[in-house]
Parts: sequence; C-alpha cells; structure tokens
Amino acid sequence: MKGKIHSFETLGAVDGPGIRFVIFMQGCALQCQYCQNRDTWDLHGGTPYSVEEVEKILKYKNYIMPNGGVTISGGEPLLQVPFLLALFAKLKEYGIHTCIDTSGSVDITQDIKKLITLTDLFLLDIKCINEEKCILLTGVSNKKELAFATYLSNIAKPMWIRQVLVPGITDDKQDLLNLKKFIATLKSVEKVEILPYHDLGKFKWEKLGQAYPLEGYRTASLEDVKKAKEILQIP
Amino acid sequence: MDFKQWEGFDKLGEWTKEIDVRGFIQANYTPYEGDDSFLKGPTEKTKKLWDKVLELYKTEREKGVLDVDTKTPSGVNRYEAGYIDKDLEQIVGLQTDAPLKRAIMPNGGIKIVEKSCESYGYKVDEETDYIYNNLRRTHNDGVFSVYTPDIRAARSSHLITGLPDGYGRGRIIGDYRRVALYGVDVLIAEKKQELEILDVDEFTEDVIREREEIHDQIVALEDLKKMAAKYGFDISVPAANAKEAIQWLYFGYLAATKDQNGAAMSIGRISTFLDIYMERDLKNGSITEEEAQEYIDHFVMKLRMIRFLRAPEYNELFSGDPVWVTESIGGMGVDGRTLVTKNSYRILHTLMNLGPAPEPNLTVLWSKNLPENFKKYTAKISVKTSSIQYENDDLMRTTLGDDYGIACCVSAMKIGKQMQFFGARANLAKTLLYAINGGRDENSGKQITPKFEAITSEYLDYEEVMEKFDNMMNYVAKIYIKALNAIHYMHDKYSYEALEMALHDKEILRTMACGIAGLSVVADSLSAIKYAKVKVIRDETGLAVDYEIEGDFPKYGNDDDRVDQIAVDVVKNFLRKLQKHQTYRNSKHTLSVLTITSNVVYGKATGNTPDGRRAGVPFGPGANPLHGRDTNGAVAVMNTIAKLPYEYSEDGISYTFSITPGTLGKELDTQVTNLVSLLDGYFKQTGHHINVNVFDRALLEDAMEHPEKYPQLTIRVSGYAVNFIKLTREQQLDVIHRTIHEKF
Repeated sequence: MKGKIHSFETLGAVDGPGIRFVIFMQGCALQCQYCQNRDTWDLHGGTPYSVEEVEKILKYKNYIMPNGGVTISGGEPLLQVPFLLALFAKLKEYGIHTCIDTSGSVDITQDIKKLITLTDLFLLDIKCINEEKCILLTGVSNKKELAFATYLSNIAKPMWIRQVLVPGITDDKQDLLNLKKFIATLKSVEKVEILPYHDLGKFKWEKLGQAYPLEGYRTASLEDVKKAKEILQIP
Repeated sequence: MDFKQWEGFDKLGEWTKEIDVRGFIQANYTPYEGDDSFLKGPTEKTKKLWDKVLELYKTEREKGVLDVDTKTPSGVNRYEAGYIDKDLEQIVGLQTDAPLKRAIMPNGGIKIVEKSCESYGYKVDEETDYIYNNLRRTHNDGVFSVYTPDIRAARSSHLITGLPDGYGRGRIIGDYRRVALYGVDVLIAEKKQELEILDVDEFTEDVIREREEIHDQIVALEDLKKMAAKYGFDISVPAANAKEAIQWLYFGYLAATKDQNGAAMSIGRISTFLDIYMERDLKNGSITEEEAQEYIDHFVMKLRMIRFLRAPEYNELFSGDPVWVTESIGGMGVDGRTLVTKNSYRILHTLMNLGPAPEPNLTVLWSKNLPENFKKYTAKISVKTSSIQYENDDLMRTTLGDDYGIACCVSAMKIGKQMQFFGARANLAKTLLYAINGGRDENSGKQITPKFEAITSEYLDYEEVMEKFDNMMNYVAKIYIKALNAIHYMHDKYSYEALEMALHDKEILRTMACGIAGLSVVADSLSAIKYAKVKVIRDETGLAVDYEIEGDFPKYGNDDDRVDQIAVDVVKNFLRKLQKHQTYRNSKHTLSVLTITSNVVYGKATGNTPDGRRAGVPFGPGANPLHGRDTNGAVAVMNTIAKLPYEYSEDGISYTFSITPGTLGKELDTQVTNLVSLLDGYFKQTGHHINVNVFDRALLEDAMEHPEKYPQLTIRVSGYAVNFIKLTREQQLDVIHRTIHEKF
C-alpha cells in the first residue's frame, strides 16, 4: 500500500490545533481557481511512499504531542483513502491526533466512513455556499461537500469550517449569510475560519505553464476579513 | 559571620560561614508558579528617565559614538561620578563621568584604541598614546611578539578567525551577587586568606603568578569600594534592602565594565537572587510592587547603556554594539523546585515597560518542568519582541548544577567557579578547501599551510577527501591551540581581569573554548561528494576554484541522518583533535558551533565550496543550515541541529529560528501555545540553544529603508540580540534572506 505524496511540512501551526506534521497528498479532482498548491493536482504525479516510510512522523512526536498531531492536506486526501486508512490505524496506535484538510467533495463510501472514525478532526473547506459560483470557482457543484458536512454533523465528528475569502467572488454578503445559516444547522463545528485569499501560490501556476485564473482579482485585506467575520459573527 | 542586613533571612546551610551565594538562594528564595497579572507598568520617573536615554541614543546613532574620553585609560576607579538625571535615577553609576561616553582601554592594545578613536573622528591624547606605544606593553603587543609564522599565515588567510588577540577576550562572569550579599570587606578578607594559603615553601612560577593575581584582585576590590563611595555609597558592608542589593550588584558589574572591554561582559544569574530581597521588602511593607518594578526598570536601563569603544573591523564581525550583558533566567533547581520567581517576570517585563532592546541579553533557561504560566509568558514576550533566547536547562543542569549562567551567547559556566579562555572559531569550510588544494588558499593561490598532497582527480572521491580533510583538521587544530595559548598567556599577563576574578573562588575550572564556523557547508559538501558526483574546476595553476555537482544529495537541515551524521562526526572529530594539544593553564578543551553575525565575514573570505555554495556567500549562522537548503520545515531543522552532540560541544550549539507571526498561528494565544510546544519539543529532543524571532519579512525590509521609524527594532541573531538598524547593510540582507519560515 503506497500513497502518492507531494511533500511534507514538519512545522504546521495553522492546520489544526497545536504543532502539526503536515502531509500534502498528490492529486485533486477540483480545479479551484485560487488554488495555492496547483502543483498537487496531477493525479499521476507525486512520490509513492509506504506507511512504514511515513512513520518517520514519530521522529516529531516531541513537538506534535500532546497538543498537536498530523494533518493530511493536499491535493485532496480523500482520493487516497486506503493509504490513509493504513496510516491512521498506525498513528492511532501511538495516540497521535489525526486531522484531514478536505473539500469533502466525495461520495461517502464505506471506506470513507471507516476513515472518518479514525480521524479526530476535519478541516472542511466550503468552497462557496452559492452553487453556481462554486461550479465556476472549482468546476464542480457544492452538493457533495455540503452533504459531507451534514454527515460529519450527524455522527458528531468535530470539524472546523473554512472559507477562502476572494474579494469579488466569495465575499458576497448574501452568500456569507447563507453560509452562516448552513453552519447553524451543523452540530459539531468547533471553529469557523476565514482564510484571506492571497496570490503567493501564483508562481506555481506559472511554473507549470498555466494561466492564472484569478489574474486581476485583488487579494483579501484585513478589512475584508473583518467584514466577513462580522457577517458570520465569528471572533 | 552575621550582619544586621541579613535579618529575616534563613541562615540554614553554609552561606553565613563562607562565600556561598547558591546556598543563600536555596535557603531563601520563593518559587513562583503564578501568572503575569501582578506586573506593573512603568512609573512616571521611569518614563521620563527612559525618554532622556532615548534622546541620548538618537544623538549617539547620528554621531556613531556620543563622546570618548581619549585621555584616561579606564579602570575601576578612574572617573568621577556621572549621572543621566540624578533626581530621577533610582540606580546610579556610569562607566565614565557622562552617559554613553566611552572609555579607552589600551591594556588590550593601543593600536586598536587609536583606530577606534580615529574612525569616529577622535584622537588619543598624546601623552597616553606615548605611554602605551613606548612604555607600557599591551596584550596585543605581547601576542604578536610570540606569534609564529604558521599562526600568522592561518590568521591572515582567515583559516582561524576572530581571535581575541587585539580585543578583550571577555566571557568571564564575576559573581556580582557576592558584592550585595557579603559587602566588599568580606570578599577582601576571603582573598587575604587565599594569599595565606599560597604562602608556601615551594615558590614556583604557578604560585607566584597566582599570588600576584590575588594581590591585583584585592586592589580591584579596594577600588570598587572607592568608586561606589564617589556615588555616596558604602559597599564595604552587605546591602540592607532590595534597592541596595541592586545598587551593590550593579556597582560590581559596572566596575567590571570599567576594568575590561571584554568581547562579552555577561552578568550571570541575578534575578532570582534579587527576588529574595524584593520578597523581604514587599513582605515588611517597605516597598510596593510599583517600586520593585521601577528598580528593575532603572537597573535594566543602566545595563542597556553599557558601551565599549570598538574598531570598525570588530563591528563588521559583531555589529550593533553588542556587550552580551547576558542574564540567565529561570531554570529548575536540583531539588526539583523551579528557580522561577516573580523577579524572573519583572526582568522580562522590562521589554514591555521600556520597549524591546538587544541588551541585556535575556536568556531563559528552559526545562520541560518549568511552570506552564512562565513558559507561556516567555513565549508571549518572544512573539511580541523577538528579544529572548532559550537554552536547555535540562541538558546543562546535569553537568553544571543549578547555579550556572550563560556567558556571551551560549557558553554555560558555574557562576564564580568557572571561566573560559575565549577562542573564536576555526573555519572548517576553508579547512576542507585546503584539504583539496594541499594547503593553498583557494582565493589567493598562496601556500598557507606546509605543502600537503593536493587532490588531482577530476571527480572528488569521498574516501580520499575524508583522509585529506582529516589531516588538514589535525594541522588546523594544532595551529589553533598554539594561537590560543599565546593569546591567553598574554591576556593574563597584560590585561588580567582582576575585578571579575576577585568575584570568583580561588580554585576555578578554566575552559579553552574553541569553535567551528561553516559546519553546515562542510556537511553538505561532504554529502555532495558522497552521494552525488562532484567535478573539480581548476585554474591554470592547478588550483581547485570551483565545483560542478551532478545529481542530488541529502542536505543538512532536513533531519536526514545520511548527512546529519557527517556533521556530528565532524564535531566529534575536531574536538578530539584539539584535545591532543596541551592547553595554557591546563584548561579543558571545549567546542562551540556558534558564529554570532560573523557567518557573513567568514563566508566572504571563503571560496566556492563543493556543496554548490558560491564564493563569498555567507555561511549559515551557528548550527543553522545554509539558507534555502532546508525544505521540510523548521521542525526538521530543529531535529537536525539537536543531533549535534552537546557532550562534544559544551561551549554551545546555536540555532536561530525565525518565523512570521501568521505561520506560527492565527491569533496571539495560539502563537503562544504553539511556540511553547516547539520549545518543549526542541529541548526534549536535546537541542541546546535557540534564538526566537517572530516577524514579517516586510517589516525588516521597511526598517532597512526607514531606520528612523524603528529605533528599537530588535532581532535575535546567533546567540544574541541586535538592534536591526545598527547592522551593516550586508548583515541586514543576510538576515532578510535567511530562512524565515513562512507558509501560505
């Protein structure tokens, strides 16, 4: 069982609680226009690693325990469920906190249900509550991700909801109010985070010879974030 | 002994019978596990006084130095009393008769003094100049009268660099607490007893030298009393309260800075000692918390004003007027109680009351058992000010007990019981290049060492390089110890630190503190040779001047044992080689992986290296990887550095960690708890030292362009803190280009 991995980051401090060892999985089915890791999309790229090879995480247990843990990001982690099942089973043996950073845009299969039980926390990236805009922004509808959120809520699985704030696209007041309404229907949301859009990942598009889709859009300012937070009524 | 000033103290133990400051602390201190809510802001007096100091700073910055006394060679009691504003100052005493006015200390070397004066538009007084050029020998004269050609060659080619042969060696910590606890007369009596012990039948060279030294120590202590008397204080007796304790202790420290322009003039481990006096005064109602903080604020202001006259070359090595008034805070006692007290908080709180500053060099001795509140408080101050460094108490306490302090950046020593012969650094990256070129310098082409067999093959062979590198390290170790022996012999002879040594026991441990520069470059170069293919580019004289690397190789700083082990082996090996040579006064060989800001000049003097580093490019500071080489994040870097064996590098292993606030966490609370986790992790992993910087790159760039907006911007660089705007442009760029961990 091997996983296709884009890269590792040993100091993750903003991807879940505490200090996180972050694994960026290779491959994504969405095509988010603001993607800051464009180089993780290709389903055939990445370096194959076995679970044993990834066990080097244990070298970092002094930092990630007891407050932190391991976060799987990407790319889309839920495209490599068998690998994550094996990895998380191992991590749980050592009592390590597990977290998945996902769009949730997948079918909830039996395997995914199993993986969810091994996952302590989900960072759920709601791309856009407005379906039309979501399709424009990512190439797919938001139906699956909203259903995923509801499923997590039904089984009381802790999650942090994240909204990337792109001025002119995802900062519409009505959309944000609808998002608030949707979040209110969920029971296990521990935190709602606004991630201000920035273009620091632009060079990765250019490196791949790709046109940058959000050319011309401005990055989110502190003021934008403040406004969005007021609408969502979050600290 | 008994003094009325000791009323209310627990007399348990030996401290009233002999000089035993640690015993006094253990019997009397109050551990504090609470939070920072008791702390008070600056008083009106503090604000007014600090404003005056800031004004003086401004003029100083414009002129380079505020003023110089070019006539009076400095000494413990050579100047009249000086003040900033007598009515406002709670703690008094200046190095000369006016604030920030610098003294000349020609015992170290008159040429350096002349040069330093000239570079700021001053001229040494004619008579003084004549005396030191014709009548009185200096440390610098002494050293150069005995240096051998091989030492001179190694020195001028930058194979061995930064040697304290023209400046004061420093890194000696007087136990300034003794002045407060016992008063000077007890200390003099103790020294007289030591002379008595040395009244022996076999009057050998060692005995004679020691008797002369103790004689000088007694003279220095007498001078210390006279100096304090000029300020209206009789310090022959113990301090009676907290304010006096600070004042007495400060006079001791001030006297040291009048006596010596040492490369580092550290103050020791004083805050918990002083807390005992504060607690007594607070309990009997004679002071309030506001006053306690005010005394500490005023004291720290004085420490921030310590100045030395130094040459421009020195500043190129260690920019920003560093004094290394290092104060070691916190840690745990061997009995399991924490040594954190309320005064540990107060001294850190000066960074808020007076704003950030590089001095005093506030050093937190970290233990996994420190009170959680204190861990969080220090992390919070780090996030806000980037002015603190941390060192591993759990590592150091095992060999040094619980009353050691840090001299300079990372060098731990038992207070009053140990000193070091500071030895700067050997450039091991250059050593490797010499191994390849048979001892010819890669820049000048000159034969610097005796002729060794050069490597002639097109591609470097790992085994061959290792064998030649080993030989070259043997040679460097030999020359290095020779140079250091000469330097410290002459320093003792012509520029003995009588006042600082008067605040030590008679029997002390001396260490010969050698150092390594360029460790990560060596590790990466050897890794490239071993795991990739390195082709040599030679000039027409056969000199290897560049390298082409084919393929990839593991790089230091990524927690990859294949290369990290090479670094570990180099450290171990080099110490063993040094240990083969006899040291002056049988001092113990130690080693450090520490460069301060000198990684820039060392890099400048070193040609292209087999790891692909270009000629002239700065080395990584201290034990850091070369910037850009670490690709797995900061925790991987920490693990790499924590592998370097402290047992073989007891003089310290320095790591400078810089991170943007946003990468450390989204809000202050999270940033604080995450920093605590990182520090806990790094030190559990047996890392020795870490500088913590939390700032945005953009801020530094703006400070480069608009220095006037950032008079107090402080950043940590390898082992100490500097005022960013006082760095040379080159060093500023190095700091900015250096890996600042950021994630997006």
